[in-house]
Amino acid sequence: MELSFTARNVLMGATMLGALGGMLGSFALLRRQSLLGDALAHAALPGVCIGYLITGSKTPLPLFLGALAAGLLGSLLILGVVRWSRIKEDSAIGIILSVFFGAGIVLLTYIQKLPDGNQSGLDKYLFGQAATLVEEDLKVMAVLGGIVLTALLLFYKELKLLSFDRAFGASLGLPMRRLEVLLTLLLVVVVVVGLQTVGVVLIVAALITPAAAARQWTDRLGSMILLAAGIGALAGVAGSLASALVPRLPTGPVIVVVSSGVLIVSLLFAPRRGLLWALLRERQVADRIRRENLLKDVWLLGERQGDWEGFLSWPLLMGVRGQTARELSKSARPLAAASLVERSGDALRLTATGRREAESVVRKHRLWEVYLTRRLELASDHVHRDAEAMEHALTEDAVLRLEEMLGHPEVDPHGRPIPRRPAAPAKPERSVAA
Amino acid sequence: MSPALVIILVGSCVGASCALVGSFLVLRKMSLLGDAISHAVLPGIVIAFLVTGSRASVPMLLGAGSLGLLTVLLVELFNRSRRLREDASIGVVFPALFSIGVILISRYASQVDLDLDCVLFGEIAYAPLDTLTLAGRAIGPKALWVNGSILVAVLLFVLLLYKELKISTFDAGLAATLGFSPVVLHYLLMSAVSLTVVGAFESVGAILVVAMLVVPPAAAYLLTERLGPMLALAAALGVASAAGGYGLARWWDCSIAGAMALAAGILFLAAFLFSPTHGLLARLLIHHRLGGRLAGELLLLHLRKGGEGLPVTVLERRFGWEPRRLQRVLSKLLREGWVERAGEGLRLTASGSQVLEDSGRMELAHQL
Repeated sequence: MELSFTARNVLMGATMLGALGGMLGSFALLRRQSLLGDALAHAALPGVCIGYLITGSKTPLPLFLGALAAGLLGSLLILGVVRWSRIKEDSAIGIILSVFFGAGIVLLTYIQKLPDGNQSGLDKYLFGQAATLVEEDLKVMAVLGGIVLTALLLFYKELKLLSFDRAFGASLGLPMRRLEVLLTLLLVVVVVVGLQTVGVVLIVAALITPAAAARQWTDRLGSMILLAAGIGALAGVAGSLASALVPRLPTGPVIVVVSSGVLIVSLLFAPRRGLLWALLRERQVADRIRRENLLKDVWLLGERQGDWEGFLSWPLLMGVRGQTARELSKSARPLAAASLVERSGDALRLTATGRREAESVVRKHRLWEVYLTRRLELASDHVHRDAEAMEHALTEDAVLRLEEMLGHPEVDPHGRPIPRRPAAPAKPERSVAA
Repeated sequence: MSPALVIILVGSCVGASCALVGSFLVLRKMSLLGDAISHAVLPGIVIAFLVTGSRASVPMLLGAGSLGLLTVLLVELFNRSRRLREDASIGVVFPALFSIGVILISRYASQVDLDLDCVLFGEIAYAPLDTLTLAGRAIGPKALWVNGSILVAVLLFVLLLYKELKISTFDAGLAATLGFSPVVLHYLLMSAVSLTVVGAFESVGAILVVAMLVVPPAAAYLLTERLGPMLALAAALGVASAAGGYGLARWWDCSIAGAMALAAGILFLAAFLFSPTHGLLARLLIHHRLGGRLAGELLLLHLRKGGEGLPVTVLERRFGWEPRRLQRVLSKLLREGWVERAGEGLRLTASGSQVLEDSGRMELAHQL
C-alpha cells in the first residue's frame, strides 16, 4: 500500500498526537480535570489569531506560542474565577471556554477581512485539518512532544504523587503547586499540538477517551499511561489511514470514533472491571440464591410434614414463592444434575446430599436469627428478612464461629430446631454452586 | 422589519431562553452538561436533514432534542456504571456524538446543504433572509418564529414548574419527600435545555450556545441571592449580550455570534469585579475595612491594658506591623478621638473605652 506524502505526514502527526494525548489525558482523568483540556483548547484560539496578527506569518511557531499563552491565561482565569468569586468550577470552565472562543472567532473574522487574510488558513484550527500538516508542523510537534515526554519521565514520581495523594506530597515538602502548574503547562502544550490535527472541539476526546479506555484494564499508573498512549496512537493510525483511503472522511472525527469504540469495548470486556463480567457475576449469584432457596423450601416443607422422603408436587412448590413452572424447573434442573434432588415426573424430593445442603442453608438462617435476637436484641418477628439474605452470604467458617459465640443453641427464636452441622460435610463451602 | 432588528430580536430570544434554562444548570453545577448537549445535538440535526431532505424546523427539533436526551442518558449510564467519573463521562460522550455528526456532514455534505462553519459560528447574519411562508404569504423571518416559540415554551416551562424546579434544585431530598420526582424534573429540564440549544444552534452555533447558557446566569448569580430575580437578571443580561454583541459586530465588522459571546463575557467581568455583594472589589473593600477595624480594636485593647502613656515604639515591637500600617491605624484612632497623646506615649480616652465596650471584643482582653 502506497501512501502519498501528505498521508504520511497525517499518519505521523495523528499518531504522535494520539500517544501524547493518551499520556497527558491519563493524568487529567485521574485528577478529575477531564474538561480542562476542552476549555484550554477553546481558550487557545484567540492566541493563535493574535500570534498571526503580531507576526503576520502563518509559520507554526508564533501560532503555537500564541496558543500556548492564551491557553495558560485561560487556565489561570478559571482558577481565579473559582477562587475570587462564588462561581463553581463547572461554570468557570464554561465561561472561559465560550468567551475566549467567542473572542477567537471575532479575531478570526477580523483577520479574514484583512487583505490576504483569507490565505491565513487559521480556520483549520477550528475543526482540525490534518491534511494541511506540513513537515515544519511535524518538526514543531516532534520537538514539543519530546519536551513533554522528557518532563513526564523526569517528574514521573512527583506527578504520580500529585495525582493520587496531593496532601502526602505536600507533607514531603514537594512543591505541589508548582507541579500542578507544570502539569497544566504540559496539558496546554499537547492541546496546542492537537489543535491542527483534530480541532478545538475534539481535543478533549484525544485526551480523555484513550485514558478512560486504558483505565479499565489496569490499576497501575505506569501501565495505564503506556496503554493510553498505545490506544491513542492506534486511533491516530486508524483515523489517518481511513481518511486517506476513503474519500470525504475527515481524520479528526474518525480518530475520535475509533477511540470511542475502543472505550466501549474496554468498558464491556476488560477483565475485572468489565461491565459484562459484572453482569455475569451478578447473574451467577442470583442463580445460586435461587437454587439454595429451592433446596431450603423443599426441606422446610419436609420439616412441616415430619418427613423428607416423600415427593413434593410441582404446584405445592410453585405456591411457596409464587413462581411459575418454568422458573421452578430452571432452578431444579441444575440441582437434579448435581444429584441434590431427585425428580419423578412433576414432583421432586431431596437426596441425602441435597438434604445436607439444605440443612446447611437453614442452619445459617436460624443461627443468624438467634444472633440478631440475642446479641443485637431485635424482636424475634423482625429478624426473618435479614436472615433470608444472610443465609446466602455467610461462609462456613463464619457460621462455625457464630455457633461457638452463641454457645451452640439448639433452637431458633421461633422455637424451631437448628439443624446440626453434618458430621462430614460433603464440600466445605458453597457447594451448591453446581 | 429591518435586518438589524431581526438579528437583535433573534439573538435576544436565544439569549433569554438560554439564560432561563442555563440558570438552573449553573445552580445545579451542571453547566458542562449544557456544553455537552450543545455539541451532541449535531448528529440529530444532520440525521433530520438526511431523512426529510429539508431544513424543516419540526423534524430538526425532534432529531436534536432526542440526541440531547441521549447525551444525558449516556452520561448517566457511564456515571452509574461507576467505571467513569462524571467529568470523564461528559468528556467522552459529546466528542463521540459530535464526531459522528461531522462525519455525516462530510460524507453527505452535498445533500444536506449544511456547512461546518455554521455549526460553530451559527449563521445569525442570514436570519433576516430566510422568511417563513404560511398559506403562500410571507409572515416574517423563520429564525424569529422558531426562537420566539422556544422562548415562549421555556417561559411557560419555568413559570408552570417554578416551585418544583426551585425545590428540586436547592433540596432534592425535600423535593422527593414532597412527592415530585427529582429524576423526572431533571429530564424535563434537560429536554428544555435540548430544545433551547437546537434553536440557538442554528443562530449562534454550537460553542456560543454555551456562552448564552452559562455566562449570563453566572453573572446574575453574582448579583442576587434569590432565584426569581436571578432568572430575570440572567434573561436581561442574555438580551443585553445579544444587543451589545450586535453593536460590537457592526463596529468591528466581525462575526456576530463571536461578538455576542464576547459581550456576555464583558458583562460577566463587570459583575465579577463590581457586584455590590459578591464582586471582587466589594470583597476586597470589606476585607480591608474589617482588617482595619480589627487592627484598631487590638490597639485600643493594648492601650487599655498598658495604662497611661504607652510609647509607640512598644506597640511597634509588640505588633510587629510595618511602621506605616501602625501609623495609619493610629492616626485614625487619634482622629476619632478614641486615643490621645500623653507625653511620649498614648492613652485611651473615655470614648475609646466606650467603643471598646461596644465592640464586643472585651473577652479578648482577658487573654492578652
